[in-house]
Amino acid sequence: MTSQVSSPAGKTDEADEALVGEQRVPQLGSAGATAKEIRRLDRVIIRFAGDSGDGMQLTGDRFTSETASFGNDLSTLPNFPAEIRAPAGTLPGVSSFQLHFADHDILTPGDSPNVLVAMNPAALKANIGDVPRGADIIVNTDEFTKRPMAKVGYETSPLEDGSLDAYNVHPVPLTTLTIEALKEFGLSRKEAERSKNMFALGLLSWMYNRPTDGTEKFLRSKFAKKPAIAEANVAAFRAGWNFGETTEDFAVSYEVAPASEAFPTGTYRNISGNLALSYGLIAAARQADLPLYLGSYPITPASDILHELSRHKNFGVRTFQAEDEIAGIGAALGAAFGGSLAVTTTSGPGVALKSETIGLAVSLELPLLIIDIQRGGPSTGLPTKTEQADLLQAMYGRNGEAPVPVVAPRTPADCFDATLDAARIALTYRTPVFLLSDGYLANGSEPWRIPEVDGLPDLRTRFATGPNHQLADGTEVFWPYKRDPETLARPWAVPGTPGLEHRIGGIEKQDGTGNISYDPANHDFMVRTRQAKIDGIAVPDLEVDDPADARTLVLGWGSTYGPVTAAVRRLRAAGETIAQAHLRHLNPFPANLGEVLARYDKVVVPEMNLGQLATLLRARYLVDVQSFNQVNGMPFKAEQLATALKEAIDV
Amino acid sequence: MSDANELLQLVPKAEGKQSMKDFKSDQEVRWCPGCGDYAVLAAVQGFMPELGLAKENIAFVSGIGCSSRFPYYMNTYGMHSIHGRAPSIATGLATSRRDLSVWVVTGDGDALSIGGNHLIHALRRNVNLKILLFNNRIYGLTKGQYSPTSELGKITKSTPMGSLDAPFNPVSLALGAEASFVARTVDSDRKHLTSVLRAAADHPGTALVEIYQNCNIFNDGAFEVLKDKEKAQEAVIRLEHGRPILFGTDDSKGVVRDPLTGDLEVVAVTEENRSRILVHDAHNPSPTTAFALSRLADADTLHHTPIGVLRSVERPVYDRLMSDQLDAAVEQRGKGDLAGLLAGNDTWTVVG
Repeated sequence: MTSQVSSPAGKTDEADEALVGEQRVPQLGSAGATAKEIRRLDRVIIRFAGDSGDGMQLTGDRFTSETASFGNDLSTLPNFPAEIRAPAGTLPGVSSFQLHFADHDILTPGDSPNVLVAMNPAALKANIGDVPRGADIIVNTDEFTKRPMAKVGYETSPLEDGSLDAYNVHPVPLTTLTIEALKEFGLSRKEAERSKNMFALGLLSWMYNRPTDGTEKFLRSKFAKKPAIAEANVAAFRAGWNFGETTEDFAVSYEVAPASEAFPTGTYRNISGNLALSYGLIAAARQADLPLYLGSYPITPASDILHELSRHKNFGVRTFQAEDEIAGIGAALGAAFGGSLAVTTTSGPGVALKSETIGLAVSLELPLLIIDIQRGGPSTGLPTKTEQADLLQAMYGRNGEAPVPVVAPRTPADCFDATLDAARIALTYRTPVFLLSDGYLANGSEPWRIPEVDGLPDLRTRFATGPNHQLADGTEVFWPYKRDPETLARPWAVPGTPGLEHRIGGIEKQDGTGNISYDPANHDFMVRTRQAKIDGIAVPDLEVDDPADARTLVLGWGSTYGPVTAAVRRLRAAGETIAQAHLRHLNPFPANLGEVLARYDKVVVPEMNLGQLATLLRARYLVDVQSFNQVNGMPFKAEQLATALKEAIDV
Repeated sequence: MSDANELLQLVPKAEGKQSMKDFKSDQEVRWCPGCGDYAVLAAVQGFMPELGLAKENIAFVSGIGCSSRFPYYMNTYGMHSIHGRAPSIATGLATSRRDLSVWVVTGDGDALSIGGNHLIHALRRNVNLKILLFNNRIYGLTKGQYSPTSELGKITKSTPMGSLDAPFNPVSLALGAEASFVARTVDSDRKHLTSVLRAAADHPGTALVEIYQNCNIFNDGAFEVLKDKEKAQEAVIRLEHGRPILFGTDDSKGVVRDPLTGDLEVVAVTEENRSRILVHDAHNPSPTTAFALSRLADADTLHHTPIGVLRSVERPVYDRLMSDQLDAAVEQRGKGDLAGLLAGNDTWTVVG
């Protein structure tokens, strides 16, 4: 999926599962006795599944890199347990990585895999339910022995009892073959066995004609300090490739052509949401000409941003791993007072702890980015799974009237642009801003057209440098709460500026002077003014994609963009008319939102929560929006959404 | 050049001579009449000109509580934040702005109860902060509940039958939290208070100054034994680096180490034991003796309360280390190039 996606007319895209695997242009491979048939596909969904310790995420990442550099469009869905190493061979310990790649523009990691790689019985059992009949299943037969099978409740071997007859099963003794391939390396059996994921990657790389240089280079650099291990992994990777090429079980390999037409001209890379967000922060600081300061406490799935920013100290980035969530945002707020572009990163439980400090930031009216990588809740919930259930927490989760702007990215790559936008709002309006990403965007990846640095928005803001108010007696003074009449932002006077010494705090302040004030009328005025400032933030109008005067509108926000758009394409390909719009700004809403909602007979709002945006829309616009909700920790599937939307259209 | 000098030099000097008046804000001071906070405020405002720092480069950050109103009365930059969090906010300010002199004003409830976690971590990190902990052994702003430094059995509104929890000794706590500078002083002794502030200001890293402060409304006379000229003779042990630890009328008492347990004890000075009187070494790298000194005070009677600088040692300062890493990163990899970062190593090109 590209972040610049618009739906190309007449493209069916993910409209028909049956298209998958269809032979389009059969052709023979290069000459020679071992030449095998190569078939062309328009898109493929692969899922690697194994034990948490099997290296499935790495395998998926490598296949993704190969695929990205080949020029396919792609979308990924890593899915792993919260436990670092759940008991080996058990269902809770299964970790998987799904990758959808195509010769055209795609929007989601795909509903169901065409190929499942199952490294053990647990991986097969945990994933078989998602695999459609007729799909390819590659299993590591070495693990299908009595004990591992009994562990997950297989009384008889599914490879032998006929239960997989509907699938195209490729039994491969992955472990044995890997050990055999590495026998000259002098590794212990255990060490050699660990390379079996690279054997599997080699086999899949052959099957889909992926470039291999990148992976070999990667392995040599990853294990630079252990050259023997590096070479063993390369050897396993090559052995997997060669196994595919020579064994008769794999008669056909496939080609998925680069998606050249789906992409506008430019230079591309693959990027995950958390990486794009990290780069967005570094870019925002550069564009604002301010030092970047991150105060954070490790929490899944946000920690990768802390890790990433910690690696870029040569950009002047300061990262502070605090003693707790509260200190993380406290330090960020202190840095904001000092004139940094200040950021705190967290997930839902961390937001709960930061709430009081967010309220202080509202009262101090200092720029601050609060990045919430949402995960399943409540409480600890599902740390490694995705959800959109922090919207109301971001909107209202503070004491008193404490409005905070809310911005939500729609795809992994869009995290970059959304971060710049959030920084713009924070700096222009001197306010904390919520950026609501989620686990799906954070870990998922897609191709990203690398922006020209010169084309990034100018985010420079002015610090106050002198007095801004004249008293009746003509004295020039500095009033920390005298506002810009247009934005209602107060001046940002940083310590070190002579003559502007001032005190701010969480107690209500007198309009203008900022001095403590308990005056009732002043409090009423200040509450309304802070609200008016947020309400007046400039956000672009909501764009509606409605090519055929539809009566039903589907309105999403955040990471549901991919599945919602894929569902809309399916429906349109099937002759239905439906309009689609997607919100980036949840607070304030775009000015035309009420008018857009009023234009349609029906408005459907799919969310990975129990209807939080729907609640806001109903309250604000008195519109009877219909919710479509899913809170299973996974992103929506396009097919399921299309069905729900079809029902809404038909009612 | 020592770390201390180098760090202080990062803060610009004032142009021209400063006076106490320069540090008074235009806000009316609103503590209860007779509150010990007035004395501390006057001492701090009186001491600041001595530092000679540009006042725009000084910031006071506080939490919540009576003492936390302090920043409003200082004509410097200031933030009155939220309960217990001042050390974390000040940490962000100090680590991002090494050209500032950052002071934290907090109380026994703010620093040791709700904000205990931030305090101990600030101390262990050794961020360049000066923390003034006003200890009145009571909650004043919420009208008189017992605090984490109140003596066991304290009768207050929330503990009509007496409090049940043992108090913290803030100096012991700070030493246990790896503090590099720990001192104690008393609100009413302006000279001593100022001397401790001077030492704290000179210290590179986090300095914790516990100030015994009288709350004349809810805990009046809590430190009377340390203030009354007569009683203080026996109660207060004034520590001075390099001087034998003697106190009492005509220095008749002293502190010696018990050779059997290694612990410290108070003895009447005699000709025999005079040579065994401990000489105070605030710069001892080991905190063991400082800790033992902090335990001499009786929690109930406050007899044998040491005041002065218990510990002052140099160790790496967090903000400096953080800054050094930024410099090292630039040295190793050059100044960050955004275009290069965004492109990464693995790209492909689509031509139209």
